[in-house]
Amino acid sequence: MNKDFNMVIVGTGGQGVITLLQILAEAALIEGYDVKTSELHGLSQRGGSVEVHLRFGKKVFSPLVARANADLILGLEMQECLKSCYYAGKQTKFLINKFFIPILGQKSITEKAIVKEIQRFTKNIIVIPAADICEKELGKNVVAGVYLLSYASRNKIIPLKPSSILKAIEQAVAKKYLELNKKAFKLAKTLNYEMGL
Amino acid sequence: MFENILEKQNKKVMLLGNEAIVRGALEAGVRFVATYPGTPASEIGNSFYLIQRSHQKIKNLYFEFSVNEKVAIEAGAGASFSGLRTLVAMKNFGLNVASDFLLPLVYTGVKAGMVILVADDPNCWSSAQSEENTRAFAQLAHIPILEPSTPQECKDFTKFAFEMSEKFKIPVMVRETTRVAHQSAPVKLSKINIPATKGKFVKDTHQFVTMPPRVLEMHKELLEKLEKIRQFCEKSKLNLVNGSPSSDKSGIITSGASYLYVMEALGKLSIDLPVFKLGFFYPLPQNKLNNFIKNLDKVLIVEELEPCLEKEVNILAKDINPKLKVFGKDLLPEVGELKPEIVLRAIAKFTGKLTVGGSTSDSYKKPSISISRRPQLCPGCPYWLVFGAVKKAVNEKKVIFGGGIGCYMLAGLPPHNIQDYLYCMGSSIGLAHGIKKSSNQKLITFIGDSSFYHAGIPALINTVFNQSNPLVIIMNNDITAMTGHQPHPGVEDGAPIVKIEDLVKACGVKNLKIIDPVNQKEFIKTVKDFVNKKEVSVIIARRPCVFVKKH
Repeated sequence: MNKDFNMVIVGTGGQGVITLLQILAEAALIEGYDVKTSELHGLSQRGGSVEVHLRFGKKVFSPLVARANADLILGLEMQECLKSCYYAGKQTKFLINKFFIPILGQKSITEKAIVKEIQRFTKNIIVIPAADICEKELGKNVVAGVYLLSYASRNKIIPLKPSSILKAIEQAVAKKYLELNKKAFKLAKTLNYEMGL
Repeated sequence: MFENILEKQNKKVMLLGNEAIVRGALEAGVRFVATYPGTPASEIGNSFYLIQRSHQKIKNLYFEFSVNEKVAIEAGAGASFSGLRTLVAMKNFGLNVASDFLLPLVYTGVKAGMVILVADDPNCWSSAQSEENTRAFAQLAHIPILEPSTPQECKDFTKFAFEMSEKFKIPVMVRETTRVAHQSAPVKLSKINIPATKGKFVKDTHQFVTMPPRVLEMHKELLEKLEKIRQFCEKSKLNLVNGSPSSDKSGIITSGASYLYVMEALGKLSIDLPVFKLGFFYPLPQNKLNNFIKNLDKVLIVEELEPCLEKEVNILAKDINPKLKVFGKDLLPEVGELKPEIVLRAIAKFTGKLTVGGSTSDSYKKPSISISRRPQLCPGCPYWLVFGAVKKAVNEKKVIFGGGIGCYMLAGLPPHNIQDYLYCMGSSIGLAHGIKKSSNQKLITFIGDSSFYHAGIPALINTVFNQSNPLVIIMNNDITAMTGHQPHPGVEDGAPIVKIEDLVKACGVKNLKIIDPVNQKEFIKTVKDFVNKKEVSVIIARRPCVFVKKH
């Protein structure tokens, strides 16, 4: 990898965004990269929008991804992806969990409308019903993020090996949720999604 | 990651800036830690709390959540005077509360090393009341201030701060901002080293009693001490210059998170110019800065919020290089935090590398659909019941609603919309008194249980002593919820409980009811009754936060 890898994860409080970030940071460290993350705590976690950043490469200074500089935006909730367009450029790939969490006092926006908006920034958009798949196979949709990480790693959307991510999961996830997370990680092995829409 | 804080020496692990502060203090041999939770500093106290409750409990280390920041810093000073290395941590507003004690403490100095960690929050990511810049305390309190940029520096600077504090017998501040406190990166660990020596307070009225005329001598001694610290700072490796001289004789001075954005931007723009990275904000290494600016034609100061550093450089330049062009807030915003793209653009302008389009462009066309997902009370939160009952009991348009700092400030957002003022910890009651003395409007004011212990009690006494009649609703959810569920004096946590109702009664309040808001009928009836009383009244709305574990 010649250049830094810039990633933004968006979702809402309670979706496990910070755990995903910790897994990725540990995995990048395992592969010998310099790595930085930025997260936010406090009131923003009370069911509001959550946005975290991850950067890794040979030498990383800023913990924040610059505008239009993301290589990958991982959206755990569809509507939140609209906000993350700030970080999207032509090179950006969107990997999106087909999942909606209603917003108080706002009409739900359709998947089609969201994808159309994102297409103004980039054509690389993958929407996967990860929450539904995890709910159906494992009875819990909260591991959709880990499922998507696995998918991203196996399809070279993230330049980190599946074995490093699995090792990082073992380090970063609390014991009582470890088996569930590992199952979600393995589940994506069998998935074959076409790139793009 | 929290689990990494206690990893073995020589390992390189991922740590949050705040976790690195904890590790740095442990490596420095900290013996006494006191804090009041406040984001972005909260993880420091949380980490110590969890460590001391775990099987990895550290011997000879004392930790407490104090009732407020002033008490925390006083307790910390007591430990330092008794010979134990001490860390006190708080967010910026906490330092306001502690400042009454801080100023004389800097005069008298300390015995064992004492480090005061303060976290600022540019952009108010987790702050309501202001974008306070703690750097201003340098001039007010004359306290040395260090500014780390990365988690590694958070650890190293904390250790350095302990050494420096002990060497000069002065408390030393480590100032973070959100993007440093909540930045994680690999940190190389050294050995945790907690000594077992017993604390002993040795009487020394010459040092510890501030009274004129001695206090004036102390002031003079402090200024002399600061000059010695400045000379020490001149030689410190915490202030360093990167890069090589540029052909157009330009340079950059920066520190903290801003430094990271500068380095990122220089890489992206392929520019090599000298960058002065300050580890000290106060005192500044004046000679070193003079040497840096003396041969430059122009300098860019990259700093967040107020132009504190820019002013200092302007003063220095007047003597050493009057023709120097000093850029700063003309290219950078004074409101909100800096971001990599903002700094990139400022440096591009400063160096004449600004291009139309490309990486330095600031055009961003938002998606045409926008969303606004505001924070909300958690499902099952008892505050839903309190706000619901209040709205049923009174005509919202005719009643004034006071707000305070905590999850209950969400009263100001839909669907509640019952918050007519919001300032700081405890002020919901103080303000209510002033309004009630000036107007005959009805007033209901909310205060959290932790806020009540922190700063609500004097204000409540004042309503009795000076006779006003607001209705105070104490949101008693048995935890300091918003900052991450820390215990407070009303929580069963192995120590005697200080009951809120005992305090309220002792303040002289006659109208008092403790109601579980699940009992909506009683709650509504009591609000209707109490809001019309001639004296102050208090409802303790008692129901635990949904995240409180039942004992």
